[in-house]
Formats: sequence, C-alpha cells, structure tokens
Amino acid sequence: MCLGVPGKVVSVDGSIAVVDFWGVRKQIHLDVVDQPVAPGDYILNHVGYAIRRIPSEEIAATLALYEELLRHPPEGDDLMAADIQSEIHGAADDQS
Amino acid sequence: MTSHNGGVAELKFRDPGRARSLADALTRVVGEIERSPVSIMHVCGSHEQAIARFGLRATLPRSLNVIMGPGCPVCITDVPEVDEGVVLARQGVRIATYGDMLKVPGTSLSLADAQAEGARIDVVYSVAHAIELAKQVDEPLVFFATGFETTAVATSAAILRHPPSNFYVLSAHKYIPPVMEIVAEMPDTRVEGFLAAGHAATITGWGVFEPFVARHRLPVVVAGFEPLDILAALVRLAELIRDGRPAVENMFPRCVTKEGNLRAQEQLWRVFRPIGGRWRGIAHVPNGNLRLRDEFSHLDARKRFDIDLHTLWDFAPAGLAQECICGDIMAGIKSPHDCALFGKACVPHSPVGACMVSSEGTCKIWHQYGGHPDLAVDSGPWAAGGRTDHESQITNHKSQVSEGGGRGYCAR
Repeated sequence: MCLGVPGKVVSVDGSIAVVDFWGVRKQIHLDVVDQPVAPGDYILNHVGYAIRRIPSEEIAATLALYEELLRHPPEGDDLMAADIQSEIHGAADDQS
Repeated sequence: MTSHNGGVAELKFRDPGRARSLADALTRVVGEIERSPVSIMHVCGSHEQAIARFGLRATLPRSLNVIMGPGCPVCITDVPEVDEGVVLARQGVRIATYGDMLKVPGTSLSLADAQAEGARIDVVYSVAHAIELAKQVDEPLVFFATGFETTAVATSAAILRHPPSNFYVLSAHKYIPPVMEIVAEMPDTRVEGFLAAGHAATITGWGVFEPFVARHRLPVVVAGFEPLDILAALVRLAELIRDGRPAVENMFPRCVTKEGNLRAQEQLWRVFRPIGGRWRGIAHVPNGNLRLRDEFSHLDARKRFDIDLHTLWDFAPAGLAQECICGDIMAGIKSPHDCALFGKACVPHSPVGACMVSSEGTCKIWHQYGGHPDLAVDSGPWAAGGRTDHESQITNHKSQVSEGGGRGYCAR
C-alpha cells in the first residue's frame, strides 16, 4: 500500500535505525530518507525504508489516521487496518 | 443532497464540523460546474481504501464520480510479467516476492499455483529481507520486484548497497505519472481532474505533474489519506475544474514538496530506466515500466536466465478470465458492479482478476467495504455512515487479508 507507516526512531546505527511502531520494533533502512535522522524523530516507513522524516509539528496530524484505524483490532474485514497491521508487523523479523 | 450529507456527523471524522462544511462546499462547487456527471480519478489503492473505509462516497454529490484508476501495483502487473516469475519458479529458481503477488493470475498459472506444484517461493516484506535470504543460500535467488516508484526506490537503494552475487532482480516496477497521460487520453474515461497520491508524491514531488497539466489541460491535486484530507482535496479539485484552471495544487504540504525527495530520485534513476510496456488491462504505457540500467545487468534476472514463456502455452488459460473487466475498471470506464463475475465467481478467496487479489484492488476494496452508495437507498445505512445490507452479506465471505501464509503483506 502507498500509505506507509509512521514510527519513532529509537536508535541509529549507520544507515539502519531501530524504529518503534506502536510497540513493535523494527530495523528500518535510512538509505532513501533525505534528512538526517536521530533518536526521537518520527519517520514514514515504506517496505522497510524510511522515505521521509516527519517534521515535529506534523507528527500529531500524521499519527491521527493510524490511531483511528488501530483503535480496534481488525477482524479480517477491514482492509485498511489490516494493511497497516501487516506493515507494522511485516518486518518485525527483518534482521537485515 | 441533504439525505447524503446527513450522515457526515456519523462518520469517523476527527472533526465532524469541518467534514460537514467540506461536504457542503463540495456539493456547492460541483453544482456550479455546468456539466453532469463530473468525473475525478485518483490513482492510489490507499485512497480507495480510505474513501470506502470511511464511507466518503456517501457524502459526495450525486453528480460527482470519484473513480479509482490504475493505482494498484499488483493489479497492473502484466500477465507476461507474472509468467516470467512463474516460468523461473517452475525451472527451479528460488523466487522471493511480496505476498500480494502470489495469487495474481498469469496466462495459465499464478505464483501460488507454481508453489502448489513444488516451486520455491518466499514471501518477503522488504527487498532487504530478500537479500538476507540470498545471503543464507548457495543458489540464485530472484527478487520479483513489483510496485510503483515508492517501492522501486527501496529496490534501487538495496541494489546500490552491493547485494550478494547470487541475488537477482526481476523488475516489474511501474512509474505512475506516464499512465495518467494514457488514461487522460482515453475517450471513454472523460476524467476532468486527478487526485495524486500523497506518499508517491513525497518521492517525486508535486512538480512532476506540471508537464502533464500543461499537456492535457487537466488539474491535479496532491492529497493526503485522512478523510478530511481527501475531502479538502476534492473541494480544491472541483474548484479548479469549475474555474477551468488546469494547475497542480499541493493539498498535502505536511508530506509533499515541489521537488520531492531528491536523494530517493537520484537512486531511483541511477538504477532504473523507464521503458514502454503494457499495464495489465490498460494499455501500452510509454515510459511506464522501470527496468534495470545496463550498469546493473549482472543483477538482471532477464539477462541471467533464459525465461522461455512458451513452456506455459500448453496450459489453457482460465475460461472465466476472458470475462474479467479489470482493465476497464482501472481505466475508469466501468465499475465492479458492471462485472458479471464480481462477488459471484470472483471473490477474495477465489479471485478471477487481479483487482480482486490485492488489498489495493478496486474490486476487493468494494467487495470488502460495500463500494458505492448507489447500492443503498438515499437515506439508508450509507447515509448513517454504516454498512449496507449488501455489504453485510458480502463481507460474510470474509477477507483473506488477515490469514497467514503471506497474504497479509501487500505488494505495493
């Protein structure tokens, strides 16, 4: 999906960051994002790559849609919520 | 229109008051366009998900058609491209790809069919995951790379990191801006303006649409994914149409700049070159396909392997596939309800066409969320922001999205 998922950077090691997505931590690649990323920043993740650092004043507005969709766990019939869930959990085992 | 707008407060808007005023503005502006209907196209599966998920069509004026165009990367991956993956897999080559690709029909077989025959296909969330797999094995591993530019930048970044020598890429990546030109020129579509997807534009920047606007004299508005973002963008687009002002407007400034992500673009175009090719069911799209540049031909599965598509010709194509109108749906000419297969012979757990396979496909989204308010009576459940009876019935089929086996990942 082209929605991507925002997450909070926990730590940065070279071109890879550990990012927290609603309690799920994943390794996210920083090769594509065009601004420096530091712990505490929010990034938009797409297939394991940060495509954008989210400016601090825009974090709340960006998270709102996801908060709404994640409020209730998908029951299998909410495609959009299920896509976001799979994006969050998709790379949790990604050790690259 | 009051019966339609009556449900706005019930929808899950963060700011129902603003939603109501936007819906009212949209009704007024569309009413001031002295044509009916007015057709607007978006090209993003996530937009369609949000429109359907939040019941936005129930708030739209009747004379406004909001059509999903070729915005589902799985759906437009062409049959011969799927065939290439299937043939490689049947030749014993190990394949890694995004989960939504598994059930996409080829000429006669999908990757899932090949897998059932014993072919080795790994579902991955990320190209980085595929590279990790390659590092763990002593044989070639082909990453069947699908998706639009937002996903292609990840593939290019991975390629530029010098992957192991047994890692190959079968690129079916696609580039959105050229297909807008094709759809704009289709006589049956009559699209008067486009909503552009916010996150793809994060990469390309909104400036990429300026040549399109100049050539086709059609407005483009970049939109976010919140229901309010989409409504606000629709209002702006309707104003541009009403005023006869072909222009690009960025209604998603918190995510999109004019020039976009230059670092990502640099990597994308260093690795890929645009070439013409078919998009499933749509047309030949000049510059719509992304292929590896010669500099990276040592990674190109098409160069490394002899992919003989003739080996599939002994298999008869599925009869039902002849009736699929997926292409006309993605071109905005028909809707899922014009298809005799929709919800009957073609359902999410047994899809005939690619539009029913992907969580970003129009047919699957409509099947899941109910589709268009015309299904319901004016003041019926749609107007209350709820589910239609029709939807209640069809969702009994249940989505396969949350099931295991890789279907949960979407191929972007």
